[in-house]
Amino acid sequence: MIRLPTNHSFPDRLLKFFSWFCGLLLLFFFIYLFSDIAQQGFSQVTFKFLVTEPLSAGRAGGIAPMLVSTLLLLTLCLLVSLPIGIASAIYLAEYTDETQWFSRIIQTNLNVLASVPSIVMGLFGYAFFVVALGLGFSILAGALTLACMVLPLLIRNIEDSLRNIPDEYRINATALGLSRFRTIFQILLPMATRGILLAVILSIGRAMAETAALLYTSGYVSRMPESVLDSGRSLSVHIFDLSMNVPGGEQNAYASAFTLIVLLLMINIITLGLSRKIQKGAFSER
Amino acid sequence: MSANTTHSHLKAVPENYKAPPGIDKLPAYINIEKLSLSYDTQTIFEPLSLPIYQNHINALIGPSGCGKSSLLNTIVRLTDYQNNAKIKGQIHVNNKNVLDDSTDLISLRQNIGMIFQKPMPFPMSIRKNFELPLKEHGVKNKDELEYKIETALKDVGLWDEVSTRLHQSATQLSGGQQQRLCIARILALEPKALLMDEPCSALDPIATKVIEELILNLKGKYTILIVTHNLSQAKRVADYVAFMWYHQGHGKLIEHNYADVIFNSPSNPITTAYVQGLTE
Amino acid sequence: MSPLKRDRYLHLVLKFFACISIVSLFFVIFFLVTESWRIIESTPASKYILDDAWHPTEGEFFLLPMIIGSLLVMIGAMLLSIPVGIFTAILWQFYAPSWFSSILERIVEVLSGIPSVVYGFWGIMIIVPLLGKFQAPGTSLLAGIIVLTLIVLPTITLVANSIFQQVNKLHIQNAIALGLSRFTIICHIIFPQAKRGLLTGVILQAGRAIGETLAVLMVCGNVVQIPGSVFEPVRTLTSNIALEMAYAMDIHRSALFLSGLVLMIVVFMLILMTERMKNRENAL
Repeated sequence: MIRLPTNHSFPDRLLKFFSWFCGLLLLFFFIYLFSDIAQQGFSQVTFKFLVTEPLSAGRAGGIAPMLVSTLLLLTLCLLVSLPIGIASAIYLAEYTDETQWFSRIIQTNLNVLASVPSIVMGLFGYAFFVVALGLGFSILAGALTLACMVLPLLIRNIEDSLRNIPDEYRINATALGLSRFRTIFQILLPMATRGILLAVILSIGRAMAETAALLYTSGYVSRMPESVLDSGRSLSVHIFDLSMNVPGGEQNAYASAFTLIVLLLMINIITLGLSRKIQKGAFSER
Repeated sequence: MSANTTHSHLKAVPENYKAPPGIDKLPAYINIEKLSLSYDTQTIFEPLSLPIYQNHINALIGPSGCGKSSLLNTIVRLTDYQNNAKIKGQIHVNNKNVLDDSTDLISLRQNIGMIFQKPMPFPMSIRKNFELPLKEHGVKNKDELEYKIETALKDVGLWDEVSTRLHQSATQLSGGQQQRLCIARILALEPKALLMDEPCSALDPIATKVIEELILNLKGKYTILIVTHNLSQAKRVADYVAFMWYHQGHGKLIEHNYADVIFNSPSNPITTAYVQGLTE
Repeated sequence: MSPLKRDRYLHLVLKFFACISIVSLFFVIFFLVTESWRIIESTPASKYILDDAWHPTEGEFFLLPMIIGSLLVMIGAMLLSIPVGIFTAILWQFYAPSWFSSILERIVEVLSGIPSVVYGFWGIMIIVPLLGKFQAPGTSLLAGIIVLTLIVLPTITLVANSIFQQVNKLHIQNAIALGLSRFTIICHIIFPQAKRGLLTGVILQAGRAIGETLAVLMVCGNVVQIPGSVFEPVRTLTSNIALEMAYAMDIHRSALFLSGLVLMIVVFMLILMTERMKNRENAL
């Protein structure tokens, strides 16, 4: 917050009025949306709801297969994207500076990749993973598509946390005769752990919210997946399907939306705690 | 006037320290009385009393971190915008306590201008840099604006250098020119006093000389309080010098006197030691 | 292995990984182009605008209504969310008491993480019936605009806020010391400095808005037509892909990939714009 000297001229009052109006409007929508979903969803979400299979296209029963599919999608997505993300981030932060052409190309590339519309990413996933690689509609294909989507987010955040480490550590390590390898893996990466964790959690949030890219890659079979080559319906796709294609599925859609929001809220709280600690100065001598 | 009396652990400070007679009889434009500043639990400076003599150059010297800049910020109430700033004491300007809630901050800041360490003209044209504050303070007439801008620029000796490019961005000027522009920007508001927070520390020696000459030129017309850790600068320009020292985590006022006295025969050993850095 | 050799291998391995993101973007573009090549080859571009209708199985590719639909929903949402987002950020930074600002911060952060499909679902349950009361059927361009506004609003607010925070603090300090008032400082000192950053943020969000798929699909009614009013249903390019991919074959499928490619190009140009703006800023 930036505090400024108050005065009560007419334009100042006008600006104050408009900003309060807009801020309260946003708050109003927030409260409306949350109270509505919480009210309709809360009573439906029981332990049984979380562990049973859906019945009659999802109108009744639970969301166990969707939770499992979502979990599988997230795990596979991170297994693929995290090593690539960390390695690329190390390369960008430790071997290039922002003015080099190669670094600039990768940065622009990441900007573009980050803003590929998710349905277009879905088209690509369908053409490449599902058809060309012959994975079929499968959790694996969906996870690989998601991996492409979260990669920019991962690289950005990990790169930032590496760049935030003061150069003195690198200079001192070099002066002590440590190899680059040791410096990176035994000094810098451990220092960036919190930043990496933050990046992972942000990516999980992004991946969990994704819907359009999964429609034509992991598909929407609502059975319990038996392997990663089975089609599986993520929680967000479930909400979409229930509200669009299943008349009478509203109540369970509410319950699923509520579950998804609660999961994301939990992620948000963890992220908050982590970024607070980072702000407090992860690198101060304590 | 007394420096703080409760700190006998600083053996050097005599109890009930009094400034020499005579110094009190000058009119003070700003009168600081038992002022202290702290953030949360951290004290920035202990209660201090200090008159800023009208139309003279008052210098505030001391090591960095002893609260000199914070003192200036408190006078024009920039501390209002920092969280948790706790201020005790009084600052009298024209017999009114500026720390009162009823103070008109806009006219306070028009009366007492502040120059910062790093010259910071706004990233807009030179003319706009003047027009923005002038209009805020009620100057609407176009001719009057022109006249005030020209006078102020002439006062700081910048007119010949920039008169043909008033429409150009102020950020293209050199560091010294920028600082003079900032001073002119304040002078255009016709203030009574100028607070300068190490105005030359970001400048090269040549620009510093120009600014110092300017400050000497302004003497007599404006009350000036200049914070500096450059002792020779204080010696060159100041009429009165107050010396602050950093002690046990917070600043305190040690001595206040004529510049001659402070530099040649200070009464406090700490002052002696500090100003000796100059003579050695 | 000697440390020196190990360092050299490490460099190569890391560089290899860094190239993966380039390769994956290349693959995305490659597959979009090859899949849409069939229709690009066989159909002149004028047909997308001059055909009578969208009957892709019968060789009629009237894409124009979808393009217009996408643009209308995006522009409408931006027109609503830009002022609301910027004013909310102004409230957050300059006008609200600090306890309110911290609540606002929490809420906007949470809102920006909520999946768009939830907004879409909420749109179906609340906004569409509400609009239906004024003018049936409720699923309409306006519903799409409202839902999309809700989706991009939190992010625009966050971006605007972080840009206001980045404004040079020394300028603000100088402005205060010159006795400038809040309104003058916001309008004449802060806003001019924030303008470029705001524009960049808004352009990026426009890219996101035009790519948004399911939430818009859920509330827009998806009739292929150029809407006569905001209460009429529309179909966007993205919804079209999502709706028809399930059964599209041959040239029809190729047409869908082509619309994906068009979206991609639009987003690419928007990014290029922001990059050039950034470079200009650095050059200054």
